[in-house]
Amino acid sequence: MSEELVVDFEKRFAGGTTIRANLRRPAREFNITVLFGPSGCGKTTILRSLAGLERPEAGEIRFNGETWFDAQQGIFRTPQARDIGFLFQDYALFPHLTVAQNIGFGLRALAKQERTDRVDEMLRLFEITGLESRYPNQISGGQQQRVALARVMVRRPRLLLLDEPLSALDASLRENLRWELRRLLGEFRVPIVLVTHDRVEAIALADQVVVMEQGVIRQTGSVQEVFTRPADLSVAKIVGTETVEPGRVIGTEDGLAVVQVGGVELLALLPEHIKEDAYVCIRGEEVVLQRHVDALTSVRNRLVARVVSIVPEGPMVRVGLDCGFRLTSLVTRPACEELRLQIGEEVVAMLKAPAIHLIARG
Amino acid sequence: MDGAALWLTLRLSIATTAILTLVGIPLAWWLANTRWRGRFLIEAVVALPLVLPPTVLGFYLLVALGPHSPVGKGYEALTGSMIPFTFPGLLIGSLLYNLPFAVRPFTAAFSSVDRRMIEAAWCLGESRLGTFFRVALPLCWPGVLTGIVLTFAHAIGEFGVVLMIGGNIPGVTRTLSITIYDDVQSLDYASAGQTALFLLGFAFVVLCLAQLLSRRGASL
Repeated sequence: MSEELVVDFEKRFAGGTTIRANLRRPAREFNITVLFGPSGCGKTTILRSLAGLERPEAGEIRFNGETWFDAQQGIFRTPQARDIGFLFQDYALFPHLTVAQNIGFGLRALAKQERTDRVDEMLRLFEITGLESRYPNQISGGQQQRVALARVMVRRPRLLLLDEPLSALDASLRENLRWELRRLLGEFRVPIVLVTHDRVEAIALADQVVVMEQGVIRQTGSVQEVFTRPADLSVAKIVGTETVEPGRVIGTEDGLAVVQVGGVELLALLPEHIKEDAYVCIRGEEVVLQRHVDALTSVRNRLVARVVSIVPEGPMVRVGLDCGFRLTSLVTRPACEELRLQIGEEVVAMLKAPAIHLIARG
Repeated sequence: MDGAALWLTLRLSIATTAILTLVGIPLAWWLANTRWRGRFLIEAVVALPLVLPPTVLGFYLLVALGPHSPVGKGYEALTGSMIPFTFPGLLIGSLLYNLPFAVRPFTAAFSSVDRRMIEAAWCLGESRLGTFFRVALPLCWPGVLTGIVLTFAHAIGEFGVVLMIGGNIPGVTRTLSITIYDDVQSLDYASAGQTALFLLGFAFVVLCLAQLLSRRGASL
């Protein structure tokens, strides 16, 4: 039997919207699959279908050799029979039950002593000991998230489903928890499917990113693949590639493609499927800024650029550049201060050839 | 005040309330959760007694349950008595007429329960029935209790349907509201006033209770 989560279904809504999903993930080990896309793209529908809260019209869902859903055979397992853990966007803690009662809710079948032991174990693991007798409206948002996770994990689910797990928290807490969450989730050796529209969250948490738009999966791959090498223009827009400019492949040089963009020539890895017209995609992190050209560098693309805008964004600074085309660079705050960037000044933008990704145009 | 009428009225109201609670809760739970498109039909039927003159309901019940109807004949063959002008007949009329006063508050209460609470319980392995008792009911019991209280209060004061299907047989189908009518007809204003004041006071107390309960529900 295949130790995999196999998803291949179609869910149709009355308004004419159709959500199509197909993916395969390992079912017996810790890994995080992130369904990423703008709101309304159907990612939550996929999550709910995995939980058994929605019933698709066609296709199948299999987990570790078990059939959870099969439209042709008319098989549909209820959420109760799937052994999953589902974390709702705003946690859906039961307001009439205490923290301990919330966590123990799904353990009714166990003897009292074992139930208490399991709840205590979760309280320790999620560092919420002392809150047992509080009610959900008496604890903070971050604590609520932990209680909700504890309530789900205490049942030792085989598959964990998280719907926007951080979106209900305020920005500063979200920042801290993003990194903490992956460590915490890693303690349980279960596969995870997570829905988010936040790209930083996707980058921080994902082993595999599934990019969705209008009910369709546009690209599936590692964070690196999806964010650096978007499959097409719409994926580039969804993942927020900072620079997307139309260009033309005009020749080759040392096995690299020569691309003309806005009067500037760039060297990029030679793409397989592109004839001439292309979009040039460059992630902001890949654009390194310097005051002067460093003679020792092996970087092939060195562009003289004028600084057009400087916008701080959290720990990073987004620098808009004009180098014949609009180029965006993301630099850290210290780097930005060291360079003493000023609007209107000239800098050198360095770009490695592999950092320039070409996608077909037209 | 007529003691026999009071006792009859109480028996009728308690029976009505008990049966409507047992039948109304599942019906309301279904109405609050179904995605069936024909749902409005059931809702309209449930709400019908709110706008229908009680005499109309009473008239149809008389025709449907009378000694010449199939139901009436069958009942008579089984029990040797007829349905109209007896306590069971009275109860059937009262049940139908009070249906909206139970089902509508119940449905409103169940609809107010956050859907994700229900789904969260399912995903935690709890059965549908268990979810109802462990999550839905604890979250909306004030609304359900309001429905029960309103049903009881309304059943106490029922007049039109009762008169149509029950007639006015002392000790059998003569309820409190009918004694007022009788007293006024025979110009016994003192007795009518006594009973009326009792019913007014009772209704007021019950409504205060219902208001308090629904406030309690809102603060949950």
